[in-house]
Amino acid sequence: MGLLALFRRSPPSAHVAKERLRIIIQQERSARGGGPDFLPLLRRELLEVIRKYVNVDPAAVQINVEREDGQEVLEFSVALPEKAR
Amino acid sequence: MTEIIVVTSGKGGVGKTTTSASIACGLARRGKKVAVIDFDIGLRNLDLIMGCERRVVYDFVNVIQGECTLKQALIKDKRLETLFVLAASQTRDKDALSSDGVRRVFDELTTEGFDFIIADSPAGIEKGAHLAMYFADRAVVVVNPEVSSVRDSDRILGLLSSKTQRAEKGNGQVKEHLLLTRYSPKRVATGEMMSVGDVKEILGLDVVGVVPESPDVLAASNSGTPVILNEDSDVSRAYEDAVSRLLGETLPLRFIDEPKKGFFARMFGG
Repeated sequence: MGLLALFRRSPPSAHVAKERLRIIIQQERSARGGGPDFLPLLRRELLEVIRKYVNVDPAAVQINVEREDGQEVLEFSVALPEKAR
Repeated sequence: MTEIIVVTSGKGGVGKTTTSASIACGLARRGKKVAVIDFDIGLRNLDLIMGCERRVVYDFVNVIQGECTLKQALIKDKRLETLFVLAASQTRDKDALSSDGVRRVFDELTTEGFDFIIADSPAGIEKGAHLAMYFADRAVVVVNPEVSSVRDSDRILGLLSSKTQRAEKGNGQVKEHLLLTRYSPKRVATGEMMSVGDVKEILGLDVVGVVPESPDVLAASNSGTPVILNEDSDVSRAYEDAVSRLLGETLPLRFIDEPKKGFFARMFGG
């Protein structure tokens, strides 16, 4: 530790753990009752459609249902691979 | 009023039995009448941690199947007057437990004037774990600051909010508490381990205790003395704090910061 840590480039592993957990737990919560039953299937089918045009990684597709003031918002995000642009 | 507390986690080996034994002792030390029950049918271990393995004559399954009375099966602790252990069966499998049977045992403990029932859940999400949590009023979710443990405990939180009597009857929620074990302030400081705050934020639970990683836990299980009874240990102090918080006290968390090293310790690697 000490000086070496100052020059370390990769983020501390605990930070990586927290980020990974945040994403997977949010996904699992919405899959088990937080969101409608069709979410996993919708995610798979959307992924297939997108893949006809861009070769994205399955992990690059995020789908969530968020509730705010009695309104439900379906949030869908796709991270495009570097080369596609 | 008898309060039923399930000690659960999903993942195995995170410290459920150690925690059950210590919480039960801590409550009994405060004069509460406590029964601690091993729900891990086929893999009995609470008796070893409590140090009463040679006094088990009848077990939980024997009571449920009417082969003995509850009084015959309850093992009175030799250190604490108001503490009783109900061992799991070592020879049967988890199907020997039934929801009706568990209810009858809990009802009888209630009639006998017990203040607390501590249900030591098996790992996993199968029948034993399900029955351990089904009648609970509160849950202590034991978590190590490590990815698989955190994820599994979130799964357990899902079950607590849907597969319990309270959830099914719309009778309020099971009150959930987070208890972190094997916590290493030093590794948290260097960014190698998730902090209390991180785990709390991910799971969205209030923290009832943080137990530091310590060789005292192994020493305690070696000797069959619940670690809370080792008063020289920080682990004991951490569990005492957790018990106080379960009883409604507000206490600051201890043992979550790395002890500051003095000048000489730093110079000479103390």
